Amino acid sequence: MSFEPKNPVVRWVEDRLPITGMMHHALYEYPTPKNLSYWWTFGSLAGFMLVVQIVTGVVLSMHYTAHVDLAFDSVEHIMRDVNYGWLLRYMHANGASMFFIVVYLHIFRGLYYGSYKAPRELLWWLGLVIFLLMMATAFMGYVLPWGQMSFWGATVITNLFGAIPVVGETIVTWLWGGFSVDNPTLNRFFSLHYLLPFVIVGIVILHIWALHHNGSNNPTGIEIKDKQDSIPFHPYYTVKDLFGLAIFLIFFSAFLFYAPNYLGHPDNYIPANPLVTPAHIVPEWYFLPFYAILRAVPDKLGGVLLMFGAIAVLFALPWLDRSRIRSARFRPIYKQLFWIFVLDCIVLTYVGGKPAEEPYILIGRLATAYYFVHILILLPLVGWFEKPKPLPASISEAVLAKKPSAEEASNA
Amino acid sequence: MLKLIKSLSAAALLSVVAFTGVQAAGASIEYKSINWQHTGMFGTYDRAAAQRGLQVYREVCAGCHSLKQVAFRSLADLGFNEDEIKALAAEATYEDGPNDDGDMFERAGKPFDKFPSPFANEKAARASNGGAYPPDLSLIVKSRVGFENYLYSLLTGYEDAPADMELMEGMHYNAYFPNHQIAMPSPMSEDAVEYSDGTPATVEQMSKDVTVFLAWAAEPKLEERKNMGLKVILFLLLLSGLFYAVKRKVWSDLH
Repeated sequence: MSFEPKNPVVRWVEDRLPITGMMHHALYEYPTPKNLSYWWTFGSLAGFMLVVQIVTGVVLSMHYTAHVDLAFDSVEHIMRDVNYGWLLRYMHANGASMFFIVVYLHIFRGLYYGSYKAPRELLWWLGLVIFLLMMATAFMGYVLPWGQMSFWGATVITNLFGAIPVVGETIVTWLWGGFSVDNPTLNRFFSLHYLLPFVIVGIVILHIWALHHNGSNNPTGIEIKDKQDSIPFHPYYTVKDLFGLAIFLIFFSAFLFYAPNYLGHPDNYIPANPLVTPAHIVPEWYFLPFYAILRAVPDKLGGVLLMFGAIAVLFALPWLDRSRIRSARFRPIYKQLFWIFVLDCIVLTYVGGKPAEEPYILIGRLATAYYFVHILILLPLVGWFEKPKPLPASISEAVLAKKPSAEEASNA
Repeated sequence: MLKLIKSLSAAALLSVVAFTGVQAAGASIEYKSINWQHTGMFGTYDRAAAQRGLQVYREVCAGCHSLKQVAFRSLADLGFNEDEIKALAAEATYEDGPNDDGDMFERAGKPFDKFPSPFANEKAARASNGGAYPPDLSLIVKSRVGFENYLYSLLTGYEDAPADMELMEGMHYNAYFPNHQIAMPSPMSEDAVEYSDGTPATVEQMSKDVTVFLAWAAEPKLEERKNMGLKVILFLLLLSGLFYAVKRKVWSDLH
């Protein structure tokens, strides 16, 4: 490592605990492919959103009361009486949506450029674990304001575990801490909602560790071969990510300041009432594709298995995808399948937000079937018969060749 | 082919985004649409309308509906001065205590008090209203699909029931309420209040005014929020411009 601190205090610490050197290596000299597009910014944006959620969340929890009789009013207290409480809460609520937006884009980027392939399988797995933890955290967070959707969302989702044969009902009672969603449920959800983000931080550290061990993938999908191919992370990618961050913050601010309730549901401004069921119980938008898969099966257990299966199959992706080529740039058929898959996920999101009636049931079933067909059948098959385009000899060659091409620019 | 799939995806994404706002509400009813002064990027609450709306709330709605999240002191937002707020609060009495003798006592309201509730509890409210529970109005505008337009439509939507429709006992026909049967009788009638600024108190006018007041009650920080948003976004535009320039400069020595 070329890190030689000049400051005597830093050197003293470095000799005993080489933490500055580690940070220097990770954030400064980390050799990064020179051709990363802005699609690679979403990783650092996800890290940024995690910090935003933790900071706003810690302050919100200073003013929030986790009790069925007080939770709803304590949220209104934050909105009305706490200094900039409205700002904190809207940041946190919209921040969850923003976090999912950047993470979904981050995942789709990984799918397009084959970032899950060897030797990055564990990196991919750790990412999926973060995604699962995010979903659990977001779900429990949505319960905390104790509005109608909080209560009924919690009821519907916890009841899913009741589909497990034999022990299902016992598990649901155990999750609730009673015989219905009630005060013990709210208390444990608050506790776990506070805990899980720090578990996510831990997995994020492993995720970055695994990333830096083999280095970042890049739009060509070929590895760094010599010094020509890479540039130090700082200042090249720090400044590129900062520009990306500023643009992203404008997008975030548009929701935060001008449509803070657009992504939420009006029913959640009605206090929870176990005796009145809302006409349509709808989860937050980022769960809609999975909700659509859940409802695609008339059988409860089948639906639950399929929903969890939708994420489980992603863990097998590095082995299901038989192609040796990573980037979709050089995979003419996979590139088309990828965009059809994107369309399919959008259709699932749309159907998940619609009531369970025709034609949405049929569309939902077809889209669910295609989701699994894409991953389990098309991906393994296409690797066999697809004839990839010739790969460039190196990243720097690709960068130099790319300059005049307009077609690639639109895909980058 | 690829172009087609991509544009299809983009179109699908746009339609999903555009309709999440009314997520699965199945809102088949079209509400009357009013051009509210406080919606839109630079919108502010119409103070005069909100002040008249407070009068409508106090004289018409408050008999049955609570407004328990709103404190008198926050009326300063609507242009009331300290003395007016003190006078308004003092009209209500609150049970407080216990005092040093251990007894509860009654006192006049203070600016820090929340609006008083007309009933002691939900049971009492239902007993006085034929079994129906008049909802708290603090968040009514934010908690219904259609928001301001829904409330305005509802308040002005009382009509005679169609001949083929049989209303349940004690219910009233409303064109905009789900299922069209509502327990609340038409709350407004011509000149139900007398406005001190001389505005004619038509049903439409009172409905509009009380909607503005309740929109403020539901989202009192709206003006502060939009104001801050403008500054933040202008700053971020400048900042992205700077970062972009720096990025160009830093990257210019490559290739």
